[in-house]
Amino acid sequence: MDTLSLLILIPLVTALGVLVSKKDQTIKLVALAGSILQLGFSVWLTLFYVGLRNAGISGMFLMQNSIEWFAPLHIYFRSGVDGISLSMILLTAFVVVGGILVSWRIEKQVKEFFFLLIFLSLGAYGFFISTDLFMMFFFLEIAVIPKYLLIGIWGSGKKDYSAMKLALMLMGGSALVFLGIVGMYYAAGVYGSAPTWDLQALSQIKLPIEIQRVLYILIFTGFGIFTAMFPFHTWAPDGHSSAPTAASMFLAGISMKLGGYGCLRVATYLLPDAAQELSWIFIILASIAIIYGAFATMMQKDLKYMNAYSSVSHCGFVILGIAMLTKTAITGAVIQMVSHGVMTALFFATIGMIYDRAHTRQADELGGVLKQIPFIGTTFIIVGLCSLGLPGFSGFVSEMTVFVGSWEHPGVWYKVATILACASIVVTAVYILRAVGLAIWGTIKNKEFEQLKDARWNERLATVLLVVGILIIGLCPFWITKLVDSDSLIIFNKLISVASLAH
Amino acid sequence: MSLDSILLLRFEWIITLIIFILLVLKLSDADNKVGALMKAINVLLFVNFAAGLLPIGEGSLFNGFFKTSELIVLEKNILNLGVLLISLASFTWLTNHKHRIEFYILMLSSMLGVYVMLSSGHLLMLYLGLEMSTIPVAALANFNKTEKRSSEAGVKFILSSTFSTGIMLFGISLLYGAVGNLSFESIIANLHPDALTLFAFAFILGGFGFKMSMVPFHLWTADVYEGSPVGVTNYLSVISKGSVIFIFITVLYTVFGGMKDAWLLAVGVLAVLSMTIGNLFALRQDNIKRLLAFSSISQVGFVLVGIAGAAKVGVTAVVYFVLIYMLSNIAAFGVAGAIADTTGKESLNKAYKGLYKSNPFYALILALALFSLAGVPPTAGFFGKLFLLTSGMGTAMYVVLGIAGINLVISLYNYLRVVKYMFIDEAEEVLPVVDKNKALTTALIVCIIGLLVIGFVTPIYQYIDSISFGM
Repeated sequence: MDTLSLLILIPLVTALGVLVSKKDQTIKLVALAGSILQLGFSVWLTLFYVGLRNAGISGMFLMQNSIEWFAPLHIYFRSGVDGISLSMILLTAFVVVGGILVSWRIEKQVKEFFFLLIFLSLGAYGFFISTDLFMMFFFLEIAVIPKYLLIGIWGSGKKDYSAMKLALMLMGGSALVFLGIVGMYYAAGVYGSAPTWDLQALSQIKLPIEIQRVLYILIFTGFGIFTAMFPFHTWAPDGHSSAPTAASMFLAGISMKLGGYGCLRVATYLLPDAAQELSWIFIILASIAIIYGAFATMMQKDLKYMNAYSSVSHCGFVILGIAMLTKTAITGAVIQMVSHGVMTALFFATIGMIYDRAHTRQADELGGVLKQIPFIGTTFIIVGLCSLGLPGFSGFVSEMTVFVGSWEHPGVWYKVATILACASIVVTAVYILRAVGLAIWGTIKNKEFEQLKDARWNERLATVLLVVGILIIGLCPFWITKLVDSDSLIIFNKLISVASLAH
Repeated sequence: MSLDSILLLRFEWIITLIIFILLVLKLSDADNKVGALMKAINVLLFVNFAAGLLPIGEGSLFNGFFKTSELIVLEKNILNLGVLLISLASFTWLTNHKHRIEFYILMLSSMLGVYVMLSSGHLLMLYLGLEMSTIPVAALANFNKTEKRSSEAGVKFILSSTFSTGIMLFGISLLYGAVGNLSFESIIANLHPDALTLFAFAFILGGFGFKMSMVPFHLWTADVYEGSPVGVTNYLSVISKGSVIFIFITVLYTVFGGMKDAWLLAVGVLAVLSMTIGNLFALRQDNIKRLLAFSSISQVGFVLVGIAGAAKVGVTAVVYFVLIYMLSNIAAFGVAGAIADTTGKESLNKAYKGLYKSNPFYALILALALFSLAGVPPTAGFFGKLFLLTSGMGTAMYVVLGIAGINLVISLYNYLRVVKYMFIDEAEEVLPVVDKNKALTTALIVCIIGLLVIGFVTPIYQYIDSISFGM
């Protein structure tokens, strides 16, 4: 048993603990204890990793392990971490603790709810530590059904429709990914020594450009669906707004990041020639998503829909950063994933808290709630400012890095895309400030809101945890940059070596 | 007869013995002691299954008409496990049925046919086994004798299967004309892909198509599945179909291995048709048995994708998948049977809404079985289905693979629809709590443990791979 397996084992044991617990209170405590343990372990793991790197240990992945799974098909249980996957793991751990804390007062089918939440997070942890494509795919798929059930059973609004749409679109995405990775498996047999799913072995094999093109489009689009890439973003607004608070947090905070991580690690890293040649397609799609998402957000009255559409826009930055193929842009994309994950989770948590009290999410029906619920109101303002990229918060750091990195790309049209993306910030400011003005500031419109009570201990704890996450990235950006930078350099070097050969 | 030949024929001996015991019991008054009788039969079936776990060598008998190998023994034993589980799952229904001994006699006679078919080394032997395994099932389909639906199913089944056997026999006789001998070895040696052989192959393929309910030979499937008693539907969808899949892949890869280029396209087209049409027709079914019937058609489509891989991984994937498919289907039909026994309903709309609230155990089992059929991890169906697709990619039929990808999505919708009824929707009227009995519970739990474990206990896959054959 190696260290990394603990990342899967802790949630697994927690989930089983939830299953065997009898009382609702015990279930919640078990879930919370498990997720806090996992958070502690992830932090320790990151520190340990940094220690190893400082000691001069090189190699793409550290703490590698490989267990035979289906040997005749060359499928192994290969795990390993680098800075990028560790920052994703940290993000997951933060969001899981936050999600469990805000779900403290859930009463309907408590056991099933927490079991599914933990199970969902297990899929994410497994995904981020895999260095074997089949194993990665296995964990990617594991999370689909829990999402469906979480939205379907505990959701609100048109939940049946949203849950089914989400499940089917994500299944479609994973079908594309699977066709892509199976193609890569066989291609490795033809152009390399033997068929393999191993990420590192695959990165050594140079596939012909004709094959790369097809695989790149398949895999990037497949993972893109997970990260709500335009025009496959339609599951996200419906899914997020119908889901219960914790599930929205998990969906936007963790699940969408699986897609971004896959686009970077599988599509771009393993297929560098095709990435150089075809990434413009995804730059166009990302630019559309950024602009369209921002304008669509302006039209929304429902706070949850607002945040869901703004997630489409923000995840556009992730795709943009990855597709720009410069080192800074890739680092920016990773930081944007982490930053957006924490921020959007907190946003959904806050909206959930407001909705629990006021029983409405319409911005114009709320109004002046800051007086009554100052803690929640202030959080809403903080996270709003983070979302529009105010310096000092994580949003500024990540978006800035993406912009700078994108600008580094010499192509003219790439610069146009960058300018367009920058311009979206203005729109973001409009909708954020408008929402804050309508819903939070001003005088109380509805007399019933004078009875509202402020956040409870569990909600305060979750909020503080996630705000700390935002602030750490915002005030000490060098920590995460240092963690991620050397690994995006590896990816970038691969892309560069291809480009220099071509010229 | 030497001891060796007895050992080679062990399943055949045991099943024949059980049939004789049952015949004698029928003459005595054993029918009055239902509980003891059922127990005894299940113990005998278990012994039959356990006998298959003992190691055995390869060999052939009767001038090569009958052959056995480790793979064949494994295939037979997978089906033995299936028969045992079906017997356990149908416990309540059989206990209340007057003709339970006849049920077993017919089912085991069909099993004997399956053994003969799987071990055949000669097309006539294959034909004999196929017929022997089919005809008793027609009687079984008609086993709820007071129900009109059931006799309709019986008639439909016997007519369509006779028709298909006729087609197949015609193909076999054409092949005899082309090759001059029907033993597998001489066909392999003398096979030339000329017009007559292709013609013969098309008819033989059609015959198999009927038995496996590939589209466009599937039209009987839904009606027969719906009309038959649940236990029989279970047998049809798992044992009949599974055994024909086993022999089909053997015939295709060995006997017709020489004309791979000719059948590859046909198999690809049939795969696409079966997957797509099975899934599309399942979209609007309200009867759980009809839904599972169309789902089984689409599953055959996926099996054909695996077969189209035309390599050793294909055989391994198909055998592995049939094992998983068998466990999933037995669990699904087991739950459907239990609910039909209590409520008398098979309609998803009426009997399955809010099932999780009233019967959490059955709802969970059915959900896991359906997830496995849909190919969702961590159930074994995920591995089974993906290995089929992986195998299919080997011959680079990208269009087929792409359509398989689309079908993964459609089939997920079909299965999630049932899950939605059970977990998300509220019951319109209070559902009765379905009573549990030990036999059914055991069968269901064995199935579910299998589904959760097979993907992670890799020796099973590796064992199948070590004994399977390539082209």
